[in-house]
Amino acid sequence: MMLKTEPFVLNIGPVHPSTHGVFRMRATLDGEVIIGLEPVFGYLHRGIEKLAEERTYGGVIPLTDRLDYLASMSNNLAYVLAVEKLAGISVPERAQYLRVIMAELQRIAAFLIAVGAFINDCGAFFTPFLYMFREREKIVDLFEMVSGQRLLYNYMRIGGLSQDVPDEFFPALDRFVRQMPAFIGEYERLLKENEILLARAKGVGILSQEKAVNCSMSGPVLRASGVKWDIRKVDPYLVYDRFEFDVPTGSVGDCYDRYRVRIEEIRQSLRIIKQAMEQIPSGAVKSDVPHLIHPPAGEAYAHIEAPKGELGFYLVSDNSIAPYRCHVRAPSLMNLTTLREMIIGWKIQDAIIIFGSIDITMGEVDR
Amino acid sequence: MIANFGLDLERYWSALPPELPPDWPGGFWWHWLVFTIIIIAFVLGLVMGFIWLERRGMARMQARLGPNRVGPLGLLQPVADAIKVLLKEDIVPDKADKIVHWLAPVVAFAPVLMIFAVIPFQNGALLADLNIGILYVVAISSVSTLGIFMAGWASSNKYSLLAAMRDVAAVVSYEIPVVLALVGVVLLAGSLSLNEIVKAQQIPFILLQPLGFLLFFIGGSAEINRSPFDLLEADSELVAGFHTEFSGMKFAMFYLAEYAEALFLSAIIATLFLAGWRGPLLPPWLWFLIKIIGVFFVIIWIRTTVPRVRIDQLMALAWKFLFPLALINLIITAIQVLAWPEALPWAMIPVNIAIMATLVLLWSKLFKLGWGRVEV
Repeated sequence: MMLKTEPFVLNIGPVHPSTHGVFRMRATLDGEVIIGLEPVFGYLHRGIEKLAEERTYGGVIPLTDRLDYLASMSNNLAYVLAVEKLAGISVPERAQYLRVIMAELQRIAAFLIAVGAFINDCGAFFTPFLYMFREREKIVDLFEMVSGQRLLYNYMRIGGLSQDVPDEFFPALDRFVRQMPAFIGEYERLLKENEILLARAKGVGILSQEKAVNCSMSGPVLRASGVKWDIRKVDPYLVYDRFEFDVPTGSVGDCYDRYRVRIEEIRQSLRIIKQAMEQIPSGAVKSDVPHLIHPPAGEAYAHIEAPKGELGFYLVSDNSIAPYRCHVRAPSLMNLTTLREMIIGWKIQDAIIIFGSIDITMGEVDR
Repeated sequence: MIANFGLDLERYWSALPPELPPDWPGGFWWHWLVFTIIIIAFVLGLVMGFIWLERRGMARMQARLGPNRVGPLGLLQPVADAIKVLLKEDIVPDKADKIVHWLAPVVAFAPVLMIFAVIPFQNGALLADLNIGILYVVAISSVSTLGIFMAGWASSNKYSLLAAMRDVAAVVSYEIPVVLALVGVVLLAGSLSLNEIVKAQQIPFILLQPLGFLLFFIGGSAEINRSPFDLLEADSELVAGFHTEFSGMKFAMFYLAEYAEALFLSAIIATLFLAGWRGPLLPPWLWFLIKIIGVFFVIIWIRTTVPRVRIDQLMALAWKFLFPLALINLIITAIQVLAWPEALPWAMIPVNIAIMATLVLLWSKLFKLGWGRVEV
C-alpha cells in the first residue's frame, strides 16, 4: 500500500543561523529533498543608493562601508575609484600601493570568514571558524592602526587616503605576512583531505561554466567553475599590473572547488602584499582635492575585484556636489541568481552548504 | 586507605542492625534505595562535570577561553545554568499536543537513568546484576528515541519534525550494527551480564575486539546523536532540532538526557571494551571513572574536529559499511572462540588488529557514500 504523501514548505530564515544575515529561502520539501526554492530578500534594505544622492561625494564613503560590511575597504576603494574616474582626479603612487595592500588584506579577511562560515555550515562545530577568526583578528588590528576602526573603516578618500599609515604598521604587516602561510598550512591539515568534508562538498552544487558566465557570476564562484576571470588581470586598476600573481581556478564548480579557490587566493594575496611592501615609494598619500568637488556632468563606472566578485559603482554627475545617481553592482546579489538551480534536487543540508559556499553578505544584496 | 574507600558492599550492609537475618526481605529495598541514590547522584554529578568539561575542553581546542566567570575555572557554570533554566517560563506552543509535549522530556530522560541499573561500578556493585544485562541495555536505550520523536511530533514545528524523523531513521539503522558488534563481546565473555563481562576481561576486549570496538563507537555515537552524526540538532540546518519548542525545565531535561546518553555510551564502552572497573593500584571505582572520562574526552575531541555527515551518507554508512563489517566481525570472533574455547591468547591481539585494519581500509575503498542529487 502506498501512503499518501505531500510536499511541505519549510521557511529557512530570515532569522536562521546559516543564512548569513537575514536571507530567507522558501523551500518546498519532499521529505529531505528540496524540490522547489524561492529566495526572498529585502529584509536589510536601507536605501543606500538613494541616500547617496543626498550626500556630497565624500559623504558617501561611510555609506559604502555598510554595503559588504565584511569587506569595507574594498567597497571604499570601488567607490573612490569611480569618483576619481568621474572627476579625473589622480592619486599619488604611495596611496595606490597602500590601497592595494588594504584591498588584499581585506580579501584575506573576507575569505577567512567565508571559508570558516562555510565549514561551519558543513557542521564542524566552530573550530575552523574560530581558528580563522584568530587570524582575521590580526588583519582587523592592522586596519585599526590605520583607520581607528575595526569593522567600518572609512579609510579611503577621494584622491587618496585619509592619512598615512603609522610607523608600527609595516613591521606588524611584515610579521603577519610571515606568519600567515603557517596558519594556512594548519587549515589545510585540518580540512583539505578531511574525509567528511570531501564527502559533503565534492560534486555538490555544481555550477557549469556556461551557466556561470551566462548568469554574470563573478569572483571565486566564477573562477571555481573554471573561468579564468579576475578584474585585477583583465582590467587592471591601481598598480595591479606591476605585481606577479596567479588566478587560481577550479575544475568542476562544486562547493569544494569554491572553498579551494578561496584558500589559494589567500596565498596569492599574500604574494601581492609582499611585492607591494617591497615596491612602495614614500611621498604623499592624498592629492590636493577640495572638500566639495563638482565633477563635470557625465557618468562613470569603475569596478574592482572585491572578495565576493566584481564590485562596481556607476555614478552619474550633474555637476553638483552630490551624485545624481549612484548604482552599486553588487556581486553578492548577482551570485545569488543561480542559487535556485544549484540547490534543487539536493537535500536541506546541501542547500545550506551550497548557500554558504556562494558567500554572500546581505548588506550588499539588499543595499 | 583510599583503596578501601568506595562502593563497598560490606560497608552499607554493616549499616544495618546486625541482628537482622540474612534473608530479611527489607534487604532488597535497602539495596534498591542505596543504589538508586548512588546512580542518580552519579549521573547528575557526572553530567554536570561533563557539561563543564565539554565547554572548557572545546574552548581550549578552539583557541578560546570558555566559561570562566562562575566559580574557580568556571566550575559552577553548570549550576548557574541549571538555576537559570529552572527559573525560565515554560512555554507550550498553541498548536502543540499538550500531553505528549509534557511527556516527551520525561520519556527521553528516564530510560537513560534506568540503564545505569546494570552497570557495575566495581565488582558486584550494581543495582541489579541481570543475567541479560546487555539485552536490557540495548532495549532500554532505544526508548529515549521515542521521547525525541514525541517531542518532534508534539511541537507541531517543521524543524522539530524533520529532526525527529532523522533521529528515528538513524537509530533504527544503527541499532543493528551496534548489537552485532556487541555480540562479539558476548561470545568472548560467554555471558550477557555486564559484571561477568568485566570479570572475563583478563585482556581488555578493545585489544581482542578492535573492529567490534570501532563499530560500536561509531554506531553508538550515531545512536546518541553526537558529532559527526548530530543530525537531529544540527544547529546550522535545523537550528535546535527537536527541542526548538521546549523551554525551562523541559529543555533542561533534554539537555540532561543528551549528556546522560553520552555518559551512558562512555560507561558502556568502558565496561565492555576497556575492562570496566579492573585496573592496577587505584581503587576500582576510580578506574571506572577515569575510563568513562577518557572515552567522553574522545567524543568531545571528535565533535570539535569533524564536520557533519549528510542524512543519506549516515544511512549508507550504517547499511553499507558498519552492517557488513559487523557480520564479518561476528563470524571471525565465532571462529576464534571455537578454536580457543578457554580464553583467547595474547598472540591474537596483533592478528585481530591487522584484520581490522585490512577490513576497514578495503571496505572504505569499496563502498560509495550516499547517493547525492535526486532528479526532480
